[in-house]
Amino acid sequence: MTAAELIATAAFKSGVYSQAFPAFGVERRGAPVQAFVRFSDEKIRLRSQIYEPDYIIVQDSSLIADVNVFSGLKEGSIVLVNTDKDTVEDVPDGVNLITIDATSLALEILGLPITNTTLMGAFAAATGEIGLEALEEALSERFSGSLAEKNIAAARRAYELIQEGQ
Amino acid sequence: MLQIMEGSHAVAEAAKLCRPEVVSAYPITPQTHIVERLAEMVADGELDAEYLCVDSELSALSVCLGSSAAGSRVYSATSSQGLMLMAEVVFNVAGMRQPIIMSIANRALGAPLSIWNDQQDSLSLRDSGWFQLYGEDVQEMTDQHFIAYKAAERHDVLLPGFVCFDGFILSHTYEPVDIPTQEEIDAYLPPYVPYNKLDAKSPLSMGMYATPDYYMEFRYETDLAMQRAGNAISEVGKEFGEMFGRDYSMHTESYRMDDADVAFVALGSICGTVKDAIDEMRADGIKAGLVKIRTYRPFPAKEIAHALAGVPKVAVLEKNISLGTSMKGIVGLEVKDALTGTGIDVYSYVVGLGGRDIRKKDIRAIAALAEKGEGNMFYGLRTELL
Repeated sequence: MTAAELIATAAFKSGVYSQAFPAFGVERRGAPVQAFVRFSDEKIRLRSQIYEPDYIIVQDSSLIADVNVFSGLKEGSIVLVNTDKDTVEDVPDGVNLITIDATSLALEILGLPITNTTLMGAFAAATGEIGLEALEEALSERFSGSLAEKNIAAARRAYELIQEGQ
Repeated sequence: MLQIMEGSHAVAEAAKLCRPEVVSAYPITPQTHIVERLAEMVADGELDAEYLCVDSELSALSVCLGSSAAGSRVYSATSSQGLMLMAEVVFNVAGMRQPIIMSIANRALGAPLSIWNDQQDSLSLRDSGWFQLYGEDVQEMTDQHFIAYKAAERHDVLLPGFVCFDGFILSHTYEPVDIPTQEEIDAYLPPYVPYNKLDAKSPLSMGMYATPDYYMEFRYETDLAMQRAGNAISEVGKEFGEMFGRDYSMHTESYRMDDADVAFVALGSICGTVKDAIDEMRADGIKAGLVKIRTYRPFPAKEIAHALAGVPKVAVLEKNISLGTSMKGIVGLEVKDALTGTGIDVYSYVVGLGGRDIRKKDIRAIAALAEKGEGNMFYGLRTELL
């Protein structure tokens, strides 16, 4: 949910309307949850969950075995998976898979296996929906002091990694 | 200025801007973020109020009632089982004519236990003497707090009010919202002036024993006050619009109702999804419209009858169930009553109970059912489970 909030905040700061919401009310870090984000040039009225996403971020690749995370993907959709492997099974044809070892990056830069900000940086680079500046602004609002600096560094590093790979 | 914020935090900001002198609440999902934030505001000195931690919702609203009777502006928030535990005091607050405002993050009632959204909780207390406002989005539910205090505290009203919004769907959504400044709200909402209050120097009693010679008149007068609350909400909603550019002078909002063959009636966040579905249906030649109910109590029967005049079929979307009634939904019965003698067909559709998601395609399917004259039913049941 934190990642969804941060992406929505950064998108809003990039000048569009955005909406982020959780699918499940399990407010316990680490529990499997779904969260959704919408962006639009116009005010967003729709409140249903998202069934045909343009982008999917999988924060923990072990979920892929249990949950059909790729459901509803279209040709040209982007899937961003946090994994230390190069390939991911069951990705539908025509979908662009991008992998990043966000956990290792987070451990290295933040000292904690919390991947929200690294994945946010990777998402920004992979999709072009959010500028790096808006992302950094959202992070400085959410965190303060050295925590903000570390999170911005993690996001930037992931952003650059994905850009280099493209 | 628009800023992006979680719905619960926007509500906490709104409550703070209303300068409550006493806040008492007991945390319950999905209301928790509201009261956590208010407790932080009080602890940080950002809000000059007494925050009273208590053992239960029953105690929370009791504290609110006593504080209001002593002349304070009072705020609380709850959901679901918490509201049910308060129920005895809910009626007493209205009977003692204390203008307390309480946010309701709408959630289903047990059993079975559900933390997810429907509107059974507040709708079940429709006869309690609290006015009830429902917000469609974070902006509307935020603004309704200012309107609620201003209407409730008028001496021709003096009734409490619920500001209701869908749990999780609005309480936990991040979206852009314009939060007024303290100066703006101070200009809109003056300090509370009690009509009377508990005062050791000038003693009086409230909530006394009323014998059969007196009780009915109290109830009659409370009903008159509820009718005046409708005018008050409309007037202060208009004034809000003049100051902030968002007009709430109407108890309902009509969306694309011109020449509608089928009209939806609904409360709360589902209205956004319905509006998007209507745009798609209209593009395909299906003439659908929406009458959104913002003020559910007092029930704006005349306004609803006017908005629905000439529409052949009305589909009321119900996030509630009135078990054992012919229509199944609470709101449909009242809409039908408002349309008595018009020949308009009114149907209820029970949807979204316990957090079941509602999609545009569901809205479309319900329009088709209404056109065929099929209604007063659950929509979206998983028949394989029955």
